[in-house]
Amino acid sequence: MTDHGRAAPLARHAVLFGFALIVLFPFVWIVMASFKTQIALLMGQLSFSPTLFSYDAVINGKTSDFLTNFKNSSIIAISSTTIVLTVATLAAFSLYRLSWADWVLRILLAWSVIFHMVPPITLAGAWYTMFRSIGLDNTYAGIILAHTTINLPMALWMMGVFIKDVPKELVEAAQIDGAKTPRVLWDVVVPIVRPGLAATGILCFIFSWNEFPVALTLSQRATATVPLGIGKYAQENTIAFTEMAAASTLSIIPAFVLLIVAQRFIVRGLTSGAVK
Amino acid sequence: MKSDTFWRYATLAPAVILFVLLTILPLFNLLALSFNEIEWVNREAIWKWVGFRNYARLPNDTLFNAGILNTILFAVVAVAFQMVLGFWLALMTTRVTRLRIFYRTVFILPILVPGIVIGAIWKLMYSYDFGIINQIILWFGGNPVDWLGNPDLALMSVIIVDVWHWTPFCFLLMLASLESLPQDIFEAAEIDGAKRWQVLRYVILPLMMPAIIVTFVFRMILAFKVFDEIYLLTGGGPGTATEVISFTIYRRFFTEDQSGYGSAMSLATIAVIAALIILATRFATRKGPEQ
Repeated sequence: MTDHGRAAPLARHAVLFGFALIVLFPFVWIVMASFKTQIALLMGQLSFSPTLFSYDAVINGKTSDFLTNFKNSSIIAISSTTIVLTVATLAAFSLYRLSWADWVLRILLAWSVIFHMVPPITLAGAWYTMFRSIGLDNTYAGIILAHTTINLPMALWMMGVFIKDVPKELVEAAQIDGAKTPRVLWDVVVPIVRPGLAATGILCFIFSWNEFPVALTLSQRATATVPLGIGKYAQENTIAFTEMAAASTLSIIPAFVLLIVAQRFIVRGLTSGAVK
Repeated sequence: MKSDTFWRYATLAPAVILFVLLTILPLFNLLALSFNEIEWVNREAIWKWVGFRNYARLPNDTLFNAGILNTILFAVVAVAFQMVLGFWLALMTTRVTRLRIFYRTVFILPILVPGIVIGAIWKLMYSYDFGIINQIILWFGGNPVDWLGNPDLALMSVIIVDVWHWTPFCFLLMLASLESLPQDIFEAAEIDGAKRWQVLRYVILPLMMPAIIVTFVFRMILAFKVFDEIYLLTGGGPGTATEVISFTIYRRFFTEDQSGYGSAMSLATIAVIAALIILATRFATRKGPEQ
């Protein structure tokens, strides 16, 4: 009864460790598959001599668009993240520090929540029709705009959380000193919310990088992103499983690197904004 | 002071413009499209007014009905398992001090990986001929199972993937909430001679209710958007076994080029989801602690 009936420390650790193994195993499995030959994979061999054949096929293969996909994803994710960070920071600063009426704040936040709840594919049709009539279909600009909009609600309320932490007195003092709004924003607010910008930016980047259905509807071969490239493998008659595994492994690298080097920002972002 | 007013509007304007042009305008666009049939001739859209005919088609569309039903089934079952499992694991493992960073990395990883890659991973693992799951079954002397090709199993297989995908995140949120509870409450309950399940039912559960509701709503919203994993795993098949609503809309609007009908379906879906979310939130808050 001393530990109010909870499992013993050792058992607790075993449960947690087992859980971690179950979560981790599929990733290990796909990385292993990416180093196998198609035959070794189909034979279900456990011991195998690793080969880079699949990576070579994915990167250098004549029919493979993977490098183009990687370039497209980088351009789209970096651009949409930059835009959404700028727009959301400006708006959050405006809403929380420039004395807007309460109803403005409420309406904007309520609308962003409603929009966030709706599956993006329901609006993709309208985006496609609108973009097509003004020549934005199958362009970077179209997908960047769409990803910016999809990430805007999350960025808006995450940056809202961080900007509310900036002391009002600091902003007011700067204003009394005669600083114009852009100065206040750049010299006072931005330095304080820098960790918040990092947290928001990393999540927006990863979500744009991963986004599939909207990119699928708004792009063709020239602007296709990494998830589309991977999705294409499953559409073939005979699936090149090891190449799909290699492409998948490569596509995880950006998120994995960010998770290792910037974990505290990601945790902060997930706990402070994305959920609340 | 004039420039202040200018900056007040200038800072808010980009977000408002983005919302108006890319969320509100498209809704009206969908509304207009949904009363028409659209044909594309040389990048020029030819509109033909059909009144409510597109909406009238919806109730008889087997794909649409399967899509709505499967989406609700998928969301409810998957999220229920994730919540219960996540909560149970959090109870089992409170106050873990060692290897914190390792565990956190492992448990966050699945939600940062593209959904399409999650699909690819499990497509390999579920493979009838060489997937690791059937291999394990064979080792134990069982018969291989057609996880994705059997219409009776396919939706369950897809739900298992989602449970694997999201339980770690639910666990992290539950754990964070559990660790933030004041520890002396447990001791007080213990001194009063409360039984284990009583502590759970009357102390821990009510205190954690806000975190549980937040996690639940967050997960439900995402579950209704499911698309990527299913696109790769089954493509909605076999038959309509794993057809989900995002899929049906994609099919009707883009693959079959029925812009008008696809728009009607999009709006109907938005209405259904809005209604469900309002209901679920009401239900969750009604069941919450009486304060």
